[in-house]
Amino acid sequence: MDYTTGELMVVAAAREIQDEEVVFVGMRLPMLAFAVAKRTHAPNVVGFYECGIVRDFPSEQLLYTMGDTPNIEGAQWCTSTNHLMFLMQQGNVDCGFIGGAEIDRFGNVNTSYIGNHNNPKVKLPGSGGAADIAGLSNRLLVIMNHEKRRLTEKVDYITSPGAGEGGNWREEQGIPRGGIGSLITTLGVMRPGGNNELELASIHPGIALEEVKENTGWDLKAGNNLTETDPPKPEELDVIRSIDPDGFWTG
Amino acid sequence: MKEKLETLEQAIKNHINDGDSVVMGACLEPMIPFAAAYEILRQKKKSLNVIAPISDILFDMLIGAGAVKKVTAAWAGNVSAGLGHNYRRAVEKGDPFPIEIEDHSNFSIGLALLGGAMGAPFLPTKSLLGTGIVESNPNLKQEVYNGEKLIYVPSINPDVAILGVQRADKNGNAHLWGNLGIAQDAAMAGKKVILLAEEIVETSDVDSDPNRVLVPGFKVTSVVECPGFAHPSPVQGYYQRDHEFFHTYHKETKTVDGFKHWLDQYVLSVSSHEEYLKQVGKERLDSLRIKQIKLAAPVNYAAD
Repeated sequence: MDYTTGELMVVAAAREIQDEEVVFVGMRLPMLAFAVAKRTHAPNVVGFYECGIVRDFPSEQLLYTMGDTPNIEGAQWCTSTNHLMFLMQQGNVDCGFIGGAEIDRFGNVNTSYIGNHNNPKVKLPGSGGAADIAGLSNRLLVIMNHEKRRLTEKVDYITSPGAGEGGNWREEQGIPRGGIGSLITTLGVMRPGGNNELELASIHPGIALEEVKENTGWDLKAGNNLTETDPPKPEELDVIRSIDPDGFWTG
Repeated sequence: MKEKLETLEQAIKNHINDGDSVVMGACLEPMIPFAAAYEILRQKKKSLNVIAPISDILFDMLIGAGAVKKVTAAWAGNVSAGLGHNYRRAVEKGDPFPIEIEDHSNFSIGLALLGGAMGAPFLPTKSLLGTGIVESNPNLKQEVYNGEKLIYVPSINPDVAILGVQRADKNGNAHLWGNLGIAQDAAMAGKKVILLAEEIVETSDVDSDPNRVLVPGFKVTSVVECPGFAHPSPVQGYYQRDHEFFHTYHKETKTVDGFKHWLDQYVLSVSSHEEYLKQVGKERLDSLRIKQIKLAAPVNYAAD
């Protein structure tokens, strides 16, 4: 069955969600991943949207932002951003999705400044809720385009902490829990291995290991059980295409 | 009770001063008071410290027009397109002039306004430990409490909070529904509060559902009847988001000249909010209007 890279990434992201989990849903592809998980293997999942929305079923309509009117109609709870952050600070959020401009070998994500923050080469939009999700959720899931300039040895600025400098860095910083669960890219899926360094766990169908390595800014290790990413199932594609028939997010 | 109805022009003229710290929208993607931003630019207010978690392209246009001295925010850009061209030009090149940035996350800006609302000097959080945000924003302090590392977020009481609501009475009692973002915290923390309302209704309508009230009228300084105030952002029950407007803004503001042209077309060459709506076009606004009706179940407030 034919599918796009975007659709494969949505499905890979959806499979990171377990049934009955509370998920902090990020912008763009995660909004579709939540819908796929909900309508396939995780019918009891609950979604948090940082603008102050909780949903127990996804909107039937395509969302361009999480505050769009179809995301409020049929919501389970409309509340304040702080209330959702309070619950996450207590440990009530199982996993959260973010994107980013840059990520490094220890899974630290930068969405703030390229170059020195006092005199930056590029000013990126900033954290939004990403820094909070990275520090307070139980598992951080990151979705990014796989390019050498984006997957870099060391980020210029840690907006959303992964494992810092590796090892027990998070504990040393006092971060209460969490860390990277997986990084889903246009070429494969990575997970933390020894010393909490990101290692390649699966390669998307049709992609060569060399291509992944060439497009990664550090000496990428392949995990012990390197596999091929399972392609999307028809029922997963059905969900994506029912919501995004024109491929706005996944084309 | 004191009547607080003003025109948009009066509200901005009377309550916003050059150099003020101003919350401009606090619901994140929806309910952004764009009409107030346009009026601020028409009145050439200067040196503002603009505060919000995420207010989409509202910050970008204020920065590009030279009205901003400082941005206190979790995110500034264009939600549809990503980066904001004016924000980048100001930070990277000092064009039209340099701006100061106070970096926050959505939680830390929420706590800063909640702390302000509580009358507390700061609030502690376990978020932001190990982040660059703590380094680039020196106001955030790492402290230890009972052996546990925490970030102390100093409170913010903005000079003015400009917020959108669906309906208000003329005394400032207002209903806001849908996601709240940090609007209630901002309304409680604000030294002055300006409300832009889609509709002005009878007090008895607002009183019929006191649980939906944003803040009681005594906290509100000014109420503006301003249908369409949030365009191009959405208002639940009234109109949807005008996605295309954000994409067009992104394309047209790529250069300084392009931005100046955009600003002239939608803000400086129009005399009022009503003129702006005409410029956007009736057909376009009609196509965004909410056409279905989905009412909540009534609640019984009877005493006996």
